[in-house]
Amino acid sequence: MGKTLFDKVWDAHVVDKIPNGPQVLYIDKHLIHEVTSPQAFAALAERNIPIARPDKIVATADHNTPTLNQHLPIKDPLSRSQLEQLTENCKKNNITLYGLGHQYNGIVHVMAPELGFTQPGMTIVCGDSHTSTHGAFGSIAFGIGTSQVAQVFASQCLLLDKPKKMRITVNGSLKKGVAPKDVILYIIAQLGTNSGTGYFCEYAGDVFKNMSMEGRMTVCNMSIEMGARGGMIAPDQTTFDYVRGRKFAPSGAEFDEKVAYWNTLATDDDAVFDQEYEFDASDIAPMITYGTNPGMGIRIHENIPSHDDASFKKSLAYMDFEAGDSLLETPINYVFIGSCTNARIEDFRVVASYVKGKQKAPHVHAWLVPGSQEVVKQIEQEGLNDVFAEAGFTLRQPGCSACLAMNDDKIPAGEYCVSTSNRNFEGRQGQGARTILASPLMAAATAIAGKLIDVTKQLN
Amino acid sequence: MQKFTTFTDTAIPLAIENIDTDQIIPARFLKATDRKGFGDNVFRDWRFNSDNTPNKDFILNNERYGGEILVTGHNFGCGSSREHAAWALAGYPFKVIISSFFADIFKGNALNNGLLPIEVSPAFLASLLNAVTENPATQITINLEDQTISSTVGVESFEIDGYKKLCLLNGYDDIDFLISKKEQIEAFEASL
Repeated sequence: MGKTLFDKVWDAHVVDKIPNGPQVLYIDKHLIHEVTSPQAFAALAERNIPIARPDKIVATADHNTPTLNQHLPIKDPLSRSQLEQLTENCKKNNITLYGLGHQYNGIVHVMAPELGFTQPGMTIVCGDSHTSTHGAFGSIAFGIGTSQVAQVFASQCLLLDKPKKMRITVNGSLKKGVAPKDVILYIIAQLGTNSGTGYFCEYAGDVFKNMSMEGRMTVCNMSIEMGARGGMIAPDQTTFDYVRGRKFAPSGAEFDEKVAYWNTLATDDDAVFDQEYEFDASDIAPMITYGTNPGMGIRIHENIPSHDDASFKKSLAYMDFEAGDSLLETPINYVFIGSCTNARIEDFRVVASYVKGKQKAPHVHAWLVPGSQEVVKQIEQEGLNDVFAEAGFTLRQPGCSACLAMNDDKIPAGEYCVSTSNRNFEGRQGQGARTILASPLMAAATAIAGKLIDVTKQLN
Repeated sequence: MQKFTTFTDTAIPLAIENIDTDQIIPARFLKATDRKGFGDNVFRDWRFNSDNTPNKDFILNNERYGGEILVTGHNFGCGSSREHAAWALAGYPFKVIISSFFADIFKGNALNNGLLPIEVSPAFLASLLNAVTENPATQITINLEDQTISSTVGVESFEIDGYKKLCLLNGYDDIDFLISKKEQIEAFEASL
C-alpha cells in the first residue's frame, strides 16, 4: 500500500516506537517566542538539564510586542519582563533570537518561512497552535504545549501518538474575489470546529495546486480551527521557487539534492486516508463569520442559520445577531488586517490594489499590521505604503497585535471588528469585542465602505 | 507530577459546548513567566463582571456547587495551545475534567500537568450533567487503574493512552523518559 505525504515525513523522523504506546519523533526545527517558553526554560533549569540542540532553535518576539514606537521601552512591566526573560534565556543557552527591532523580527509563522527556516519534509514545532502554517511547505508542523517545549529542549524529540490522516480535496476554479482565506473558512463552516481533531489534514486538488505559497500558508494556518493538529500540501515547483535563495535555505548542489528528495514526498496514488472530503471550488464565495467560533461562517450573501441549542444561542447573543439576519450593510467601526493568517506581502498587495484611489470611511479605525520586518521592507519597496497613506490608512509595526490582544491593540467592548485573523472567540480581540473573520479583500472593502458589503459586486 | 490513582468528589456542571482556551484563560493573563497564580483567573471573563465583581449567574460563583471535578460540554479546550489553560484549571483547583470530546493539544497539556481529561459518551455526559445540576451533592468516582467513572447515573469505562496512564499512576513525566533515550536519539541524529 502506498504512503501519504504525512506518512513519508513522519516515518523518516521516528527514533523509536514504544510497544503499545507513543512514538519518539525527532524534531528538525523548534521555533519559540516569549509567551510559551519561559516556563519551559525554567523547568529545565530546575532539573539541571541542558538544552540538547540550541542550534535547531530560532526565537522571535511577537505575541506581546507593541506595534507602535517599538524603539521605546515597553511600558507594561509584565510584557517587558517577558521579553527580557526571552532575551536572557536565549543568551544563556546560545539560541538565535530575532528580537524586537531586529531586521528579521516578526510573527513566528511569517518570519520563519520568509527566512527559509521552513522547508519541505521537515518536522517543525512551536508553542503556538498556528504552527500548522508551515505545513504549506509539505512539512509536519504543529503546535505544542509548554511541557512539550521543555521536552524538545531536553531531547530534540517529542513523545507522540501518530495522528490519523485526512484529505480535503477542492477541485475546480475559484470565482473572482474568492481568496485562500475564504476557502479555509468555507471548509471549516462545512465540517465544524472539531472535525479534524486527532488528524493531520492534507489539502489536495486544483485549488491548492494553483495557490501561491502565501495562500497555502493561510489555509494550513487555520487547520487547527477545525481541530486538526496540522495541515499539509505536497511540495511542488511553487514551493521550491519560494524556498530557493532564502537566507537560511540550502543553496547550490545541496538545494538540488533536496529538491530531488522533496519531489518524492507527494502522496502515492494508492495511499489510503482515514477520512476524505471533497468540495467544489465554484461553491465557495467570500466568507464571513457570525458567531464565536471559526466554524460559524456563511457566504457573504447568506443569512445566519438557526439552531435550537443553548451554545449556539449564547454565541449569537454575544455577537448581538439574530438567526435569519443578513449581515450585509452591518456598520463596522474596526478593521484589523494582520496576524499569522493574513499579514504576508501578498495580503498587503491585495489590500493595496483594492484601496488604491479610494478613501477609508472616516468612522473606521483600520489597523494594518505587517507580519514581519521583511514584509514592512517589501511594502516600502513596492510603494504600497504610499497607496495606504493616500487612502487614509496607517501602517503599524509587526506583531501578533489585535489577533489576540495581548498588547495594547484591543478592540473596545461591544464593537464589531472585521478581522483577517483566525479566531472569533469571545473576547479574543479584547474584552467584549465582537470579531467577524474575513479575507484581506473583504476587510479592505469593509474599511472603505464602513460596513459589510459583497465585495464581488465591486469587482469587474 | 503528583500521582493519580482514584478520586472521588462532587462536581461543577458547565453545560457549554466548544469552550476555547481563550475563555479558560484570556490572553491578557499570559504574561507571567512562571506557572503560579493562573487559577485565580480561570474563566475570568465569565466569572467576573467588567467591574471585577463576581458574576452571580456563572456556575463557579454558585455556592450550591463545588468540588474538584468539572463536567462540561463537547469539544472542550479548543483553540490555542497555551498550557496556561491547563495550569489555570489545575490551579483553581480541578483534578478531573469530564466531557464527551476534548481538543487535541489541550488534552495533552492537561495530562502533562496531572489534570485528568475523561472522555465519556454523549449520553453518559448528558445524564451526568443532569444529575450534578439537580443534586450538587452527587459524587463521582474515577478509578484510573480500572479506567472507570462511576456515579449515581451508572458506570462507564474510559480510554486513556497506556503510556500516559503509567505516567499518571507513577507521577513521572515525558522528560525523564526522553532523557533515558539519549543514546538512541544521538544515533538517529548521526544518521541524518
